[in-house]
Amino acid sequence: MRKLLNTLYVTTEGAALRKDGENLVAEVEGAERARVPFHMLGSVVAFGPVLVSPALMGACAANGISLVLLDRVDRFQARVEGPVAGNVLLRRAQYAASEAPDDIVRSLVMGKVANQRSVLLRHLRDHGEGDGQEPAEAISAVCERLARILQRLAAGLTGLDHLRGAEGEAAQLYFSVFGHLVRSPDPEIRFLGRSRRPPLDPVNAVLSFLYTLLTHDCRSAAESVGLDPAVGFLHRDRPGRPSLALDLMEELRPVLADRLALSLLNRRQLRARDFETRDGGGVLLTEEGRRTVLTAWQERKREERLHPFLDEKAPLGLVPYLQAQFLSRHLRGDLDAYPPWFWK
Amino acid sequence: MEPPDPIPMSALQHAVYCLRQAALIHLERLWADNRFTAEGHVLHAVTDRPGGRRARGIRRASGLALASRRLGIAGIADLVEFHLSQDGETPYPVEYKRGKAKLHRADEVQLCAQGLCLEEMTGRPVPAGALFYAQTKRRVEVPFDADLRALTEQTVADLRAVFDARATPPAIYRADRCRACSLSELCRPKQLARPVLAWRARQIEQLLLPEPPS
Ligand code: SF4
Repeated sequence: MRKLLNTLYVTTEGAALRKDGENLVAEVEGAERARVPFHMLGSVVAFGPVLVSPALMGACAANGISLVLLDRVDRFQARVEGPVAGNVLLRRAQYAASEAPDDIVRSLVMGKVANQRSVLLRHLRDHGEGDGQEPAEAISAVCERLARILQRLAAGLTGLDHLRGAEGEAAQLYFSVFGHLVRSPDPEIRFLGRSRRPPLDPVNAVLSFLYTLLTHDCRSAAESVGLDPAVGFLHRDRPGRPSLALDLMEELRPVLADRLALSLLNRRQLRARDFETRDGGGVLLTEEGRRTVLTAWQERKREERLHPFLDEKAPLGLVPYLQAQFLSRHLRGDLDAYPPWFWK
Repeated sequence: MEPPDPIPMSALQHAVYCLRQAALIHLERLWADNRFTAEGHVLHAVTDRPGGRRARGIRRASGLALASRRLGIAGIADLVEFHLSQDGETPYPVEYKRGKAKLHRADEVQLCAQGLCLEEMTGRPVPAGALFYAQTKRRVEVPFDADLRALTEQTVADLRAVFDARATPPAIYRADRCRACSLSELCRPKQLARPVLAWRARQIEQLLLPEPPS
């Protein structure tokens, strides 16, 4: 099994990253804080004002380490890319498929809806009784409707608009009861419905942050198998948007991001003090809060699960790569469809 | 019209082992840098130095560029010795291999291809060459007999067809081959044998079964 390489997240303002021999060295105020050999590093994500030496950029490009710069509010700024970018035959196949992507989109939406439903069912099983009757009934009703969407998808629902519509409908249903899954005793930790840019409550703040991390991993996964991260199937192309990374992320979000957010909040690893409200009502994680999320994220990625199509155990962090690989094998004609990742 | 790109001779050894492997490496540019391939590179970095040396009636040239227009192949030979006899010099290719002699004929085919190039380039018959195995430190002489020549030409033709069609042949799982294959994790021959559409339908069916009462 391919090794799960480390991601180095640099959140300290003013940190300086440089190359020293075959290692990346991170310094803060002149003191060495981390040293990682290149061969153990998969990517580097720098948040906000972090210095990166040109020699290190070169080494990252040469070693296939993706280096990404995000701004203070976690928006994508830049990425360093090496000389080998993509497999031209695969990309041609990807572009051709993007003209008629119905069945790939069907798989992506199936995976997403199935996993959303599994997250809700798991909650009912574990906490359904403690919730009281009304929330439990609401969640069950949503599970029922998600099951019907899945049946429609399996029965051959066609047309991109319909498929995208099914995805949207499922997302709306899912988030309509998502607040019931938040069981933090902190009264400030509430979910007021999905909001982005800016997130308007702490739950959305964690979700948005995790989605950023997951997008980055999916983008790297797409690139590492030679796919063009900008050309998607479910997401429409738009300049600057990593549509394929967003596609790959859809089926993983409920499990890798949503569940992690819930467990951090419900176990009070994240509390009200880990959030700050900005002018205009946007809610953001504090630096401390982010560090908690990043640590948990790294741990979660090391957890192993049975991959249903691979039929082997694989660390969760490797799933984006495996899915990108199966997508590329489908595009090259080796597989008759893209196998969704079903979480069980 | 431009002549087609020559087939790299290094692809022939992969093609003998598995045509799909050759396509994944040379057509799709997937590369599993495992220990074996890494050591292979180091070994070549040492032997690829061009230049010549003389020893006891043998002229040696390393890093020699070889090509055959007839076959449409090209590559670099580790070492070619030119053995002096009464009627001139007979080329004698020597290829370095890590490890020891293998059961399949991949190394021999790659060497024979060099012999065919040398015949075309010098106009002289090249009856044999040698493989040098690093692990056993031994030279094994390989006669370029009719069988080996036929296998080599067939391998070139198979690869040519794959390259022209730009189509990677499907994976056929064979335990003896795939288990030792450095690309098995990129190729995933076992999973590729599974029809996804049927699998996907079954998965959804199972997901929608009523929860067993607990
Ligand atoms: S895993 Fe098997 S089928 Fe795939 S390239 Fe290797 S030998 Fe060929």
